[in-house]
Amino acid sequence: MDNLDQIVSEARAAFAAISDPDALEQAKARFLGKSGQITELLKGLGKLPPEEKKTAGAAINVAKTAVENALNERREAIRKAALEARLAEEALDVTLPGRAEARGGLHPVTRTLERIESLFASIGFEVADGPEIEEDFHNFTALNTPEDHPARSMHDTFYLQNPDGSLADKVLLRTHTSPIQARYMQAHVAKYGQLEKMPEIRIIAPGRVYRVDSDATHSPMFHQVEGLWVGENVSFADLKGVIADFLKSFFETDDLTVRFRPSFFPFTEPSAEIDVAFMSGALKGRWLEIAGCGMVHPNVLKIAGIDPEKYTGFAFGFGPDRLTMLRYGVNDLRLFFEGDLRFLRQFA
Amino acid sequence: MKFSESWLRTLVDPKLTSEELSHLLTMAGLEVEELDPVAPAFDSVVVAHVLEVVKHPDADRLNVCKVDTGSGTPTTIVCGAPNVAVGLKVPCALPGAQLPGDFTIKIAKVRGIESSGMLCSAKELGIAEEASGLLILPADAPVGQSIRQYLDLDDNQFELKLTPNRADCLSLLGIAREVGAITGAATSLPVVPEVPATIADMRAIVLDAPEACPLYCGRVVKAVNAKAPTPEWMKRRLERSGIRAISALVDITNYVMLELGQPLHAFDNTKLEGVVHARLAKPEEKLLLLNEQTIAVDADILMIADDVKPLAMAGIMGGEESGITLETSELFLESAFFAPKAIAGRARRYGFGSDASHRFERGVDFGGARRAIERATQLILEICGGQAGPVVEAKAALPVRQPVRLRTARAEKVLGLPLGAERIAGLFKGLALSFEQQGDDFLVTPPSWRFDMEIEEDLIEEIARLYGYDNIPSPAPRGRLKMQLQREAQRPAFRVRQMLADRGYQEVVNFAFVEAGWEADFAAKTEEADLIRLANPIASQMAVMRSTLFGGLIANLVTNLKRKQNRVRLFEVGRTFHRDAAAQPVQGFHQPWKLSGLAFGGALPDGWASDGRKVDFFDVKGDIEALLAPAALRFEKLAHPALHPGRAARILVDGKEIGCIGELHPEWVQKYELTAAPVLFELAFDALKAVVVPAYAEVSKFPAVVRDLAVVVDRDLALQALFDGLKKDLPALVIDLQLFDVYAGKGVPENKKSLALRVVMQDTQRTLQDSEVDVAMQHVIACLDKTFGAQLRA
Repeated sequence: MDNLDQIVSEARAAFAAISDPDALEQAKARFLGKSGQITELLKGLGKLPPEEKKTAGAAINVAKTAVENALNERREAIRKAALEARLAEEALDVTLPGRAEARGGLHPVTRTLERIESLFASIGFEVADGPEIEEDFHNFTALNTPEDHPARSMHDTFYLQNPDGSLADKVLLRTHTSPIQARYMQAHVAKYGQLEKMPEIRIIAPGRVYRVDSDATHSPMFHQVEGLWVGENVSFADLKGVIADFLKSFFETDDLTVRFRPSFFPFTEPSAEIDVAFMSGALKGRWLEIAGCGMVHPNVLKIAGIDPEKYTGFAFGFGPDRLTMLRYGVNDLRLFFEGDLRFLRQFA
Repeated sequence: MKFSESWLRTLVDPKLTSEELSHLLTMAGLEVEELDPVAPAFDSVVVAHVLEVVKHPDADRLNVCKVDTGSGTPTTIVCGAPNVAVGLKVPCALPGAQLPGDFTIKIAKVRGIESSGMLCSAKELGIAEEASGLLILPADAPVGQSIRQYLDLDDNQFELKLTPNRADCLSLLGIAREVGAITGAATSLPVVPEVPATIADMRAIVLDAPEACPLYCGRVVKAVNAKAPTPEWMKRRLERSGIRAISALVDITNYVMLELGQPLHAFDNTKLEGVVHARLAKPEEKLLLLNEQTIAVDADILMIADDVKPLAMAGIMGGEESGITLETSELFLESAFFAPKAIAGRARRYGFGSDASHRFERGVDFGGARRAIERATQLILEICGGQAGPVVEAKAALPVRQPVRLRTARAEKVLGLPLGAERIAGLFKGLALSFEQQGDDFLVTPPSWRFDMEIEEDLIEEIARLYGYDNIPSPAPRGRLKMQLQREAQRPAFRVRQMLADRGYQEVVNFAFVEAGWEADFAAKTEEADLIRLANPIASQMAVMRSTLFGGLIANLVTNLKRKQNRVRLFEVGRTFHRDAAAQPVQGFHQPWKLSGLAFGGALPDGWASDGRKVDFFDVKGDIEALLAPAALRFEKLAHPALHPGRAARILVDGKEIGCIGELHPEWVQKYELTAAPVLFELAFDALKAVVVPAYAEVSKFPAVVRDLAVVVDRDLALQALFDGLKKDLPALVIDLQLFDVYAGKGVPENKKSLALRVVMQDTQRTLQDSEVDVAMQHVIACLDKTFGAQLRA
């Protein structure tokens, strides 16, 4: 039986010396193949006397299992080694940059408008839109600003030329988003005017507006957001509530003070200018003019066909450019309109 | 409106600091824009009398002066000012004085002579930007008095930003009245005595346009000395109100305007002939104005004229020829009420304005015209001497102040504030409004100086103002909760923008007015009839409304390339502007929203992963397809002025054109000095917002059969044409047709290309048999051959 132990250790040694899977299978044949050493021993069992057969057979089988185990272990070791080698081979520099399209971004003022729209949508304001080449009527007259009204000099209006070079006196570039108020109310009355109770109007109207003004703090084109709420019991106190709520939500802080100062706009009365002061940060303690607002002037309601005895409302106009500047600390309005990618990418 | 605080405090003197007063004015709607001291801080500077001036023995440019500073003994001061002279009164900083600029005066030897102070210029005191020598004070300045006191330098200049409705505050009188109302402080408003006539001279006045001018007071003053000096106190008040002192007569009219709010005009009475008329302009009438402008006046301009000629644009500006000069000795003084409607907008029409027109178009107190002419006469006689004739007053129907009803409940409803009638009555009393209370209603008669109290809301505003906007609560508002309609077939604009941003594009915002050249280049608009020109552009390169967003994007590209940004992806969403007679809602102007984009530079960002390929038509086409997916887009060849004719397409959805895509025309690539052609696109924004609400279609349980084939066709054949042709005659079991390769070159005849097509077949009810698949493929091949002469590629 010493022979058997020797065969097993011989096989172990032979397998251990091999690292190629094919060579291993060939080595297997030497021990377990048709004429392998173990196979030969098993074949020789028949010649043994029956009383020896049982013990010898058992011993051979133990040796066979030992050889098979040695073989399987080696097979697994070789497979693992091959896998390790492949994995090492396939390794990447995972710190290389990803392969992808660079991300673009929204304009910072668009970002602000989206936030404004969504904040107001959360209290039921819909978005309205209106033309930028606007009729004199909707920009001024419908807003209680007849021709020669001194308030018209507050707007430096861009006018258009007719093709023959003469002044087109009925149209202009809108100087504010307020004409959308007028248009929306008219459309609302056309739709619901015959009802005993008109549904409320709750809209905001963002857009580009134009004034003949260009310096470090003025752009001839800039943005405004108009807001309007008309209903049966809408009051100046409600206006104050909405504006304070909006500013705190927009700047995501309670750490600011809002003040309302009497002012004048032909299309609202009472009218107010809204100032905000932050309690901390770079602008701490300074009053910043941020919007104009007021109760919709009864004449404006009347022109739109709404009975001012029955319905009241408020309107406000914010400068989203200014809100954007305050929100992100931008210090020059002109940057918004220069298309400089180095600036714009910061808002991606 | 600028004014001096010390002047105001002579009329009303509330127990408030300047800052508190400023805050109160702002919160009452009279916004204080500036509050500045008239002089910086300094002390120990007194009026001194120069007694002796002797040349300094050791310095050519210095003098040794003996001055009386009021101490009893003359002080020796070494002075380098060129204008020092015996007998002058000048400011003198005493030893220990702190001057502006952190400068302390000490007793010191100047070239061996002890100097005990410094004689000062206006610049050294910080009250002027420049000075050429000592500040010479009037001869009667009291020696030893503090210069701050003497020149009233402990004063502040206020500047109010007044809203157009508050013309009543365009005078010290008005501001004092307002301060009295908001602080409760007692006011001592100017009392003007009547100046009795000492001569009989007068001029008759005719109101030819009584609606425009219902009140005109005139007075002749003779034997005045126009060269008399304006008193220092008056000059000071004028200057601190931002009005330059000119000559006594002009200064007096300006002073009265500032004090009482009534613009006045003084004519040279010797230039006037006959009766004075307030009438509308005559046809082709012209007038040379005081500002040396000659104006051809329109028919709706109110004129002051005599029997022969026009004299002035009433309430706007006087005429040059009838104006007063330093030689004038005989005046005709005007104090009138011109209706706001007759003045409003007129000065602006001619491109100028004046202090008078500013006031008249907003409303001047018609109850104050008489008072103002008396006040001016009083000051003229005091300062320039002379003899005054009687006041001639021509009067027609003055504006009537109708009582305005205020209902307590209405005020409470509008303000959202429980007030009560009692409190309202108190606020009205504070405003010195005359009213009659009828239960909870008030009948308020506005005063003659308020032009902004015509309706109930005007009174509600006054109540809110005096109550304090800050004191009105700001509760969370209440409204009916109603869900908003969110159309599924419509996606929000921000979503579209975000999708483009996610694909690498950066949003920009460009001006809607562009240079005319861009419209010519990118939209072929060269005729005036096509352009929309601004009448008053701020610059010639911003003169025309854009009909395409391309110009702005190309300009952005140029700027960014200059800044070494060599991979550029941009988009803008904005309105474009087109003349269109039928367009609504603004007739004549079609203003559709567009989304426009530009791509330039590498297909991928520079880096190890980029193969250096530049972005091309198909990259951008892919972006557009993704943006509009799952809509099936069609692209058709397009001739477009901005784009390369062989590389441009119109884009259609459901047969409707929604925009275009293409490479920039090589001509513009050269003109705009680009190194390569950017790919551009412009789409109707509405089309981008529309999306399809999904509809279910049965998914087949049976396997699809896929067959590929390659055919050789003419190189010019558009894939779309091939698909269109095929689809007309496609076997029902073909559910999809794809192109997976295009090849031209070796192995394919010249002017031909090979297209590799994948045909997908499936039935929802059963598994397809090989034989029927074969039949279908034969049909496809036959159709390709018949319609396009397509040969199967071996």
